[in-house]
Amino acid sequence: MIRLRDLHKSYGALPVLRGVDLEIPAAQTVSVIGPSGSGKSTLLRLLMMLDRPDAGTIEIEGESPWRMTRNGREVPADERHFRRVRGKVGMVFQHFNLFPHMTALGNVTEAPVHVLGLPPREARARAQEYLAMVGLADKADAYPAQLSGGQKQRVAIARAIAMQPKIMLFDEITSALDPELVGGILQLLRDLAARRTMTMVIVTHHMAFAESASDRVLFLDGGRIVEDGPPGDIFRNPRLERTRRFVEAVKGGTEAAGRGRQ
Amino acid sequence: MIFDWGYAWDILPQLGRALVVTLQATALGMALALALGLVFALARRSRYRVVAWPAAAVVEFVRSTPLLVQMFFLFYVLPVAGAQMSPLATGVIALGIHYAAYCSEVYRAGLEAVPRGQWEAAAALNLGRWRTLRAIVLPQAIPPVVPALGNYLVAMFKDTPLLSAITVVELLQTAKLIGSETFRYVEPITLVGALFLVLSLISAAAIRWTEQRLRLET
Repeated sequence: MIRLRDLHKSYGALPVLRGVDLEIPAAQTVSVIGPSGSGKSTLLRLLMMLDRPDAGTIEIEGESPWRMTRNGREVPADERHFRRVRGKVGMVFQHFNLFPHMTALGNVTEAPVHVLGLPPREARARAQEYLAMVGLADKADAYPAQLSGGQKQRVAIARAIAMQPKIMLFDEITSALDPELVGGILQLLRDLAARRTMTMVIVTHHMAFAESASDRVLFLDGGRIVEDGPPGDIFRNPRLERTRRFVEAVKGGTEAAGRGRQ
Repeated sequence: MIFDWGYAWDILPQLGRALVVTLQATALGMALALALGLVFALARRSRYRVVAWPAAAVVEFVRSTPLLVQMFFLFYVLPVAGAQMSPLATGVIALGIHYAAYCSEVYRAGLEAVPRGQWEAAAALNLGRWRTLRAIVLPQAIPPVVPALGNYLVAMFKDTPLLSAITVVELLQTAKLIGSETFRYVEPITLVGALFLVLSLISAAAIRWTEQRLRLET
């Protein structure tokens, strides 16, 4: 469960989010679409607590990462509170951000051992399962530099899933991949969404994917959610003219739009 | 003037013993510089200004004043303040602090070269700040700067004769003492130069070897 109220964020003088209100119930799969600079990635960064909102509130399962109550009063969150809330969210990045000095297995076991406190032996056994789930059972001992882009992103997905977050964020995770590798990653996302074990928020330029794989689509423009509804409505019967134009423009050149931003 | 090989051979053991002092000072001084330099570098990056600013001030101050002055300061002023130490210990601390300031700049470059995405991935996995630093960032930040740190090892080694100014009987001081007893300076001073040359070359090779090993591991 995610609840955002009037969220604002600027980078320097540039306002990126200008009042986002949003509620996402548990286990929903939500695609976020919108033009470059509309604030999609910023929204995910705030949800992942990589950045702090300038104004407005974020609640993850009813708790703000930045505020806590102590003795009935609201005070700034301490490290313990912050990390407890942050542990409910996971993220997969456009550029993978694998740890290059660790093997695939090392990447997937690092946080379960050192954050969740799993015994290393158990963490390794589980990591092997996650790697098998993403189709990389035989790459456990490979270093990121020895993997293709698609394989790296699979490791990154396994690494995030290994922390068993309630909410998982995907930030244009196919945008840095060669075109022939995109389909496999999208299929993996579909499989994850079908399990309904996590809330998934997916920033994507693949309209066909957003349409077929998500429960709900958000269209961001100019730092606001301007359209929000089931994919059928957004893609076939949008309320706004600019949503229709955007969808058509992207559908006309999915590859170009998907790979244009690096 | 003739170089007397027999005499050179005779004084070699004495210089060898002094060399041990020089090597000790270098090893201990470098250990201090590496550790303290990392502390300075991390402190300078701290989000807390009360930590970052003093660290930056210390680094800039140390880098802007001569090592010899710092040695004299520690040697003559610290005892007045009640801290009694052997000359060698004082020298090691002076060398350590001085080179820590330089090493901290090297570490800083290494830390800055680690992509922000690495920190963010660690945050998304909910790793704590220390674990992120120790397991994710430093293993990527340090190997590329080993050659630069190694240069400072050699530079520090070559600065050890300054210790003679605070009465440490190291290599150069020993050579001077031998010279003043026998009035023959050519052999002892030449040997000192040769010993420095040989050891500098050896450590440069060792650094290259370390660097290569680190590169193979990643």
